Amino acid sequence: MPIGFTVNGKAASTDAPPATPLLWVIREGLKLTGTKFGCGTGLCGACIVHIDGKRAFSCQTQVSEIAGRSVTTIEGLSPDASHALQKAWLAERVPQCGYCQSGQIMNAADLLKQNPRPTRDEIVAHMSTNICRCGTYQRIVRAVERAAREA
Amino acid sequence: MTTELAIAGRDLSAGSVLSRRQVMIGAAGLTFAVALGRLDDASAATPAAEMTGRRLSPWVSIAGDGTISIMSPATEMGQGSTTSLPLIIAEELDADWSNVRIVPAPPIEAIYGNPGFAGQMYTAASNAVTSYFRPLRLFGAQVRRVLMENAAAKLGVPLAELSTEPSMVVHVKSGRRLGYGEIAAFAELPAKAPEIKPDELKKPGAFRLISRDVMRAELPGKVDGSAKYAIDIEVPGMIYGAVLRSPVEGGGPDRIEESKIRSIDGVIRIVRLPYGVGVLTGTAWAALAARRALDGAVTWMRTGTGWGFNSETGMEAFAAAASNLKVPATEWDRQGNAPEEMTKAATVLEATYRCDYAYHAQMEPLNAIASVSPQGDAVELWCGTQSQSLAVEATAKVLGIPRDRVKLNYYLMGGGFGRRGHRDEEFIVDAVLLAKEAGKPVKVLWTREDDVRNGRFRPITAHHVRAGLDATGKLVAWHHRVAGDRVTPYMDTVRFQQGGGKDYILMRGVELKSYDIPHQATDQLYRDTGVRTSPLRGIGFTANKFVTEAFLDEIAAKRGIDPVALRLELLKNTPRGRKVVERVAALAEWGRKREGRGLGFAFIDYSGTLTAGIAEVSLERGSGQIRVHNFWCALDCGIPVQPDNVVAQTESSIVYGLGMALTERISIKDGAVEQSNFYDYHVPRMNEVPLMHIEVVATDNHPTGVGQMATPLVAPAIAGAIAQLTGVHLRHTPFTPERVKKALA
Repeated sequence: MPIGFTVNGKAASTDAPPATPLLWVIREGLKLTGTKFGCGTGLCGACIVHIDGKRAFSCQTQVSEIAGRSVTTIEGLSPDASHALQKAWLAERVPQCGYCQSGQIMNAADLLKQNPRPTRDEIVAHMSTNICRCGTYQRIVRAVERAAREA
Repeated sequence: MTTELAIAGRDLSAGSVLSRRQVMIGAAGLTFAVALGRLDDASAATPAAEMTGRRLSPWVSIAGDGTISIMSPATEMGQGSTTSLPLIIAEELDADWSNVRIVPAPPIEAIYGNPGFAGQMYTAASNAVTSYFRPLRLFGAQVRRVLMENAAAKLGVPLAELSTEPSMVVHVKSGRRLGYGEIAAFAELPAKAPEIKPDELKKPGAFRLISRDVMRAELPGKVDGSAKYAIDIEVPGMIYGAVLRSPVEGGGPDRIEESKIRSIDGVIRIVRLPYGVGVLTGTAWAALAARRALDGAVTWMRTGTGWGFNSETGMEAFAAAASNLKVPATEWDRQGNAPEEMTKAATVLEATYRCDYAYHAQMEPLNAIASVSPQGDAVELWCGTQSQSLAVEATAKVLGIPRDRVKLNYYLMGGGFGRRGHRDEEFIVDAVLLAKEAGKPVKVLWTREDDVRNGRFRPITAHHVRAGLDATGKLVAWHHRVAGDRVTPYMDTVRFQQGGGKDYILMRGVELKSYDIPHQATDQLYRDTGVRTSPLRGIGFTANKFVTEAFLDEIAAKRGIDPVALRLELLKNTPRGRKVVERVAALAEWGRKREGRGLGFAFIDYSGTLTAGIAEVSLERGSGQIRVHNFWCALDCGIPVQPDNVVAQTESSIVYGLGMALTERISIKDGAVEQSNFYDYHVPRMNEVPLMHIEVVATDNHPTGVGQMATPLVAPAIAGAIAQLTGVHLRHTPFTPERVKKALA
């Protein structure tokens, strides 16, 4: 029995087993590869997407849990990379290897949705769920601050 | 939070920006197509779809519309060489950067090989810019000359009357102008490349692109999910694979309880490999489920040398050998006569230091796709590698086929840090062996647990260091013995032999090139524990410079002098070194006391780049927890080809060094890795990193590396700050709370 849900505003379904992590359904089933596999244990944040508008570790979400719900991935954050965070990420030259950055941006988007003018400490507290091994943290803070300012 | 660029008048936003369409990295992938069997032919290797227009050199093609395609010989793991190297060609070519397309170079070593790696295509050692800088400037200037000569003939004017503006040859006298695209259409190529004299190259003051900031070519794809890494690739007809490897190198599977795996939906086949067990599945999720089921379903033959090794007792054995001068060692480097001068010294100080195993933790777990022809005589790869050469070579070797039967597609890497450039490229071989068995393309995924447990680590080292001071307190003799787990003989036997049997990955950085210490001796005590080791960002510098700089702090304390003053005294013959020390001391206000916070200092000379760093640290004495609040760094890397990227790489290096200084630690028990994921291998998170303040001291010297040069600063700078706060010198990295408490007790 396929599981139906919405991804980036479009209807989607999968016949993956119910316990399959959403991450793999998004990446290998739906070919939306912007969402990344980093640890498989909810420790690095590379897999963060929005479910019904809130951040979630897609590697820790079973596909059965999202039946009838709405998922947004980095590909659906804006139609043309025009989200304030995406523009700020380029203005501050944040990415290095870039692998974690989809998760970072989706996590930051969740923060700004709840709190459009976060303090530095609030940014750091919210974003410390995510690992960037290239150590772009300082630029991420600057980019979130810029996006909050310019949004 | 400030990041300062000491480069006057450089507006970071002023650089030209490549459009996504022009760059073609992302949608099309960092990929190219090469006809099997024709890799030796550069023209055949040119991917027609990507290298458009008139081919003016193996590096440059120019289309009628002015689009300039430039080859990029390095692979991209976030360090920015994909932009920096073509930019160097574009500078001397005087290209309009907004019309440049960057094309990944095919694996033809004779043309695109890295002069810093004996012509291999290899991206490591932070040496891409420094090694390719001179040849790429020359190649760019040659193409410019060809365009000018053709323009001179067309306009009927002497070459000397022509000049160039971006992508335009100009005859100032008559006001006539010819675009590069226009010239390329009618250009005749000389039989021999034009000779360019060194003084005909641009003077640094005339640079339009170098030492200004342009948008890194692949960056736009990294904010919208379109950038392609190997793990994102799908090949028609592809199935999935996972591998359980022997926990110890050299081991192999004995009994496999296949029923535990066969029962999983989607499992196609179980494959016994010499070093482990592979499983083939129809879906990614089945591969991961099967991989989990393999844990505990295999018993191992205890072949290989690592079984029984325990890193805690191993470290103590290393330390005992290093500090017992009767235990034989091999000379690494020598200057003057340190052993004799040591006996004459008024005072001899000595100390023993230790550094633990560390793991790369690149964010993209290792993976690769391979497709092997039915006869087994040709293969196509899709992967991320630090070396196109080694990816091809390792694959050809395992299949017993010529190198020109390997077609390589390479992609962005989700981090490298030295993990993806071993001669055996074992994560690619996994896919090759499983694809051969499957008769179909196979995508092999490593889990994070695989990536940790099959990790190849920065080696453990124990150091014994002695310093001889004369009656005035001047350092006259230095002796540093390093007992360490061998790296180069394991990761690359060919390079080990080429390098005269010296383990440079383990030992680099132990010598003191910039310091005025007349008598120096450094020795290596190789130990083969059987543990998988690797170059890791900072290589031997991280451990060896920690020891050097921390011990200099101990000497300064004994002499009762300021640590920075001691370095300035030792750097009396190294003016560029003094400059970065003076700059960082000024930035951090070194002499200013902070309530409850200590300052510590370190200086590193690393492959020509000079760096100095200061850490501002506090300590919670009850728990032993160290916190770094600020880190200042000044560096001189010669001409900063991409100044903001120099800053970015330095920030990155500092964060990496912070992890190895404070928390990152791999331990080995019975030859096997004890850690498995980010819960027991702790890398720095945002709430643990200091504010970083970087100053690039720009000079006109030949550019040198920036990808890892600040990493070794961090541990000694923190140790110095703790010494300032407590008088206690930490001698074992990482400085975990337990170790700090023990040292303070």
